[in-house]
Amino acid sequence: MADIKPPVTNTSNTKAAANPAGDMDRRSFIKWSVVGWSAFVAVVAGYGSMVARYLFPNVLFEPVQTFRAGVPEDYEIGVSEQFKEKYGVWIVRDSEKIFALSTVCTHLGCTPNYLPVDQKFKCPCHGSGFYTTGINFEGPAPRPLERFKIYLSDQGEIIVDKTKKFQQEKGEWSDPESLIVV
Amino acid sequence: METIKHFINTIAAPKILFNIVVLSYLIIFPPFKFFQKIHDALGVRRLWTKKGGMAIFSLMFLAFAFGLTDGNFRLIVLKPDNVPIVALLFLVVFFVWLALHQAQDNDDAIAKGGKPKEWAESREKVLVFPDLVYIEFIALMIVAALLVVWAIGLPAPLEQAANPTVSPNPSKAPWYFLGLQEMLVYFDPWIAGVVFPTVILLGLMCIPYMDKNRKGLGYYTYQDRKTAINIFMFFWLVLWMFLISIGTFLRGPNWNFFGPFEYWDHNKLEALNNINLSELVYMIWLNQGLPSNILWREAPGFLILIVYFGLLPAILAKTIFKDLYARMGVVRYSIFAVLFLMALTLPIKMYLRWLFNIKYIVAIPEFFFNI
Repeated sequence: MADIKPPVTNTSNTKAAANPAGDMDRRSFIKWSVVGWSAFVAVVAGYGSMVARYLFPNVLFEPVQTFRAGVPEDYEIGVSEQFKEKYGVWIVRDSEKIFALSTVCTHLGCTPNYLPVDQKFKCPCHGSGFYTTGINFEGPAPRPLERFKIYLSDQGEIIVDKTKKFQQEKGEWSDPESLIVV
Repeated sequence: METIKHFINTIAAPKILFNIVVLSYLIIFPPFKFFQKIHDALGVRRLWTKKGGMAIFSLMFLAFAFGLTDGNFRLIVLKPDNVPIVALLFLVVFFVWLALHQAQDNDDAIAKGGKPKEWAESREKVLVFPDLVYIEFIALMIVAALLVVWAIGLPAPLEQAANPTVSPNPSKAPWYFLGLQEMLVYFDPWIAGVVFPTVILLGLMCIPYMDKNRKGLGYYTYQDRKTAINIFMFFWLVLWMFLISIGTFLRGPNWNFFGPFEYWDHNKLEALNNINLSELVYMIWLNQGLPSNILWREAPGFLILIVYFGLLPAILAKTIFKDLYARMGVVRYSIFAVLFLMALTLPIKMYLRWLFNIKYIVAIPEFFFNI
């Protein structure tokens, strides 16, 4: 009985003889799986590199990160929403300082609305609320709104620099760069 | 009329409504002997008869028709986005009733020593073509026609171009995610947005390995699979369907709660001053400042978590889950207990928020770790 013989050493000529049914023997199975898996890995890696390349576009259409926001005298005590739409920043003035608050909710990134009557920012997505200082006091937001770097230029203009942010929970709000004393 | 509406608005407040829903669940699907007695005394099983079904549906339609007389209710319920959710409410109730109606018939037949209805049916052979294919084809035609009529009759709303600095108020997730959005009100985005959805999916995959009860295969039954049905119904009906309906109908501007007949006032003021457990323990109970060491500061929360996930499964195994523990064995019971307790954290955190204004049990915003 040819079938129960141990497998013949694999040479290309004996293949058909060893496997009359045309089944694959172990050696070529491994060979073909190596080929197949290599091809698969190559394709995945190829597409993967394309996806990775896609994450770093040549041109970024982002609004500028640093902008001029007028002079301190432009601001009355309270919240100014004039840069919310364009730069995502609230300029807040209280009795002693001016600071720039980010308009991104620290819970899940929606844009809260300023409610002048209640003197608070209220997020429409999950109901987080923040005082005009940026401190979170209601809803699920785990930490206060972030503040941006703000300073006076040599001409006395307010410059807001969004590339540097200050987080209250890290104790950064006392940093002189995060506010303008008025 | 106005008094009824006012009353409904009042009990629609989450603190009250959630209790009503949980209580009705406990009576309709009684997990303990105590509720079983109430269940029997009230004759809840009559709900699943044909007459009971008619009564449920007449009540639902009546309530709906009454609601439609109110302008604020009409505005929300007939919004094209929300029409499917209204349909969903009726459909969920209908299919729960249908399943339990058949289960009750079978349970009665088995109790008399008979066989379930499906037993006889499954002996009869039916051809896939034409019997099944024709039914499927007719269903396809009807659904397609319905969708066409629906699309023409209730046009999908087109809104302004997306703008990252403007979030619509209220911002609602697609209806099937409203349960998750409701969860996000009580949890950190990491937990409610990433961990819980993963655990929910894994937990659903675990069901066939957790529940090896061979009874109830191929036929509707309630008595043979009581525990499984009770547990599943709680999470599905109370923590999923109910939260979706709340998110659709009762959440308004600024994600505040509004009664079904209440005007969606953008300036509604609801004071919700929340504090973390660490602040409650140190600042209010012990009347001192927060410790500067993070681990020491959050020690009460960690302690609660250790007790909840470490000790509670063992305690439950000795008490109310005694039978379950005996049937499941250590490994399966432990997995089940952890999944079960994790799912229960949602209602627990809802109550903590409503009763004690607690935001997070463990709050480490420094490392985006809040529970």
